[in-house]
Amino acid sequence: MRFSGFRVFTEALRGHKGWQPLWRNPEPQPAYDYVIVGGGGHGLATAYYLATTFRQARIAVLEKGWLGSGNIGRNTTIIRSNYLLPGNQPFYEFSMKLWEGLEQELNFNAMVSQRGILNLFHTDAQRDAYRRRGNAMLLSGADAELLDSAQVRAMYPFLNFDNARFPIKGGLLQRRAGTARHDGVAWGYARGADMAGVDLIQNCEVTGFRIENGRVRGVETSRGHIGAGKVGVAVAGSSGRVMAMAGMRLPIESHVLQAFVTEGLKPVIDGVITFGAGHFYVSQSDKGGLVFGGDIDGYNSYAQRGNMAVIEDVAQGGMALMPMIGRARLLRVWGGIMDMSMDGSPIIDRTPIEGLYLNAGWCYGGFKATPASGHAFAHLLATDTPHDTARAYRLDRFARGRPIDEKGMGAQPNLH
Amino acid sequence: MLIPHPLLGLRDSSEFTYLGDAALLDRPDGMAEGAAARFHDYVHLRDNPAGIHRELWFHEQGDRSWLVVTRNTVTHEILGAELAREARLKGGAA
Ligand SMILES: Cc1cc2nc3c(=O)[nH]c(=O)nc-3n(C[C@H](O)[C@H](O)[C@H](O)COP(=O)(O)OP(=O)(O)OC[C@H]3O[C@@H](n4cnc5c(N)ncnc54)[C@H](O)[C@@H]3O)c2cc1C
Repeated sequence: MRFSGFRVFTEALRGHKGWQPLWRNPEPQPAYDYVIVGGGGHGLATAYYLATTFRQARIAVLEKGWLGSGNIGRNTTIIRSNYLLPGNQPFYEFSMKLWEGLEQELNFNAMVSQRGILNLFHTDAQRDAYRRRGNAMLLSGADAELLDSAQVRAMYPFLNFDNARFPIKGGLLQRRAGTARHDGVAWGYARGADMAGVDLIQNCEVTGFRIENGRVRGVETSRGHIGAGKVGVAVAGSSGRVMAMAGMRLPIESHVLQAFVTEGLKPVIDGVITFGAGHFYVSQSDKGGLVFGGDIDGYNSYAQRGNMAVIEDVAQGGMALMPMIGRARLLRVWGGIMDMSMDGSPIIDRTPIEGLYLNAGWCYGGFKATPASGHAFAHLLATDTPHDTARAYRLDRFARGRPIDEKGMGAQPNLH
Repeated sequence: MLIPHPLLGLRDSSEFTYLGDAALLDRPDGMAEGAAARFHDYVHLRDNPAGIHRELWFHEQGDRSWLVVTRNTVTHEILGAELAREARLKGGAA
């Protein structure tokens, strides 16, 4: 079933009776060549690229709940490639390029909207840091513009420019960045993978690995044993829990991040604004709600909800940046569990167990990575070599003294 | 979350800063055989359990004592707190 304007038109005339489910709901087979654990954005994208770009077959995605029930459906939908370090920026720019062609490739409206992201700065030192970052972005083939405060004022006149502590001196703008509809991305990849023959198996929790002589042979699940040639784990906030079943300890702590949405308002913010110094960022959804967030709660958590202190902190950040937000009413607050790594950067690598591969450590920034993460993980699974842009994401990089620490915080996950 | 401080009674968790797993109290011996590998594990690897977790909280906006708090990471229920110094004296954090 292909989507097109013509199809929407003819369905409208036929009372929308011709639409079908976007994917099958198959029973698990006894064995597959590839088993992907986790039906979030990364798992679904991995299966999609394995089946299409890398032309592999006999692939299953095992999801303990329903597709997209994890962070892919909980994030604040920002996509961007405005990183600094050489291990990161080319990867995120690769992802940005995949976003730009994603809807045509998937024949699915993921509402990719390149509305621009603006990172505000407040001091000369911060301006220098952003100038350096902007140059790193340009070197990777991405776009970046440094704005002064008059230029920022022309875009967003309602911001509090004269805050005594954090006056707005300007911002780093990436125009190609923006937002995408988070669960639309999951559905698009799920549909694409299903059409390419991937079995998407929901309500199927992996409860253990079958490992013989250092090689993975399959997984135990709530729906019985499933044999596998290779197993790729992409379970985001559950990475520690799942890899413990293979006897591994990871350089990861699980933490909760909260997000917020207000009632629908008239259009007021047409891009994404980040106020890093105040731990606050905001955009406006197409429905009109202001979507915003701030810091992680900061303690180990597997509860998909956070505490009041951070809610207050985020609200204060919002009031400091754009006082008019105080007039908006908060509609919902929710939380998701993220795998915070020791340097704030992800892992896409083999593990010491043969045939077992790990995609983890995405912290609060893995949504934008979804296309590149899926592509790079599929590359690794299919060819046993890392994708060019993902070579730095090794599991043993801490032992080798090669962390990718964008914030320079050291091995303290709640500070990244 | 309210933390039952052994000296000060119930205190709001926002008065504290969080360090992580209380296993960090067991610093490896830098002179021992295989110290580099052990320090790698100590600094970078975590059990990260879903459930009961013993963890270090610093009462930064209070009496500046370090506590070992026992907390359920699935429910956020706090089961107890003791001074880190005393937890150490009792022999390790694990
Ligand atoms: C509040 C919030 C805001 C965020 N905002 C942004 C943002 O603006 N931009 C950005 O780039 N990133 C953002 N992120 C981060 C981003 O959402 C995640 O990094 C990314 O979604 C993680 O990858 P995923 O989609 O594969 O994860 P998930 O969707 O969480 O997928 C993992 C899946 O694994 C499944 N699973 C777990 N254990 C098992 C098991 N044993 N067996 C089978 N299945 C299992 C889970 O049910 C889940 O569906 C945000 C995160 C949160 C929580």
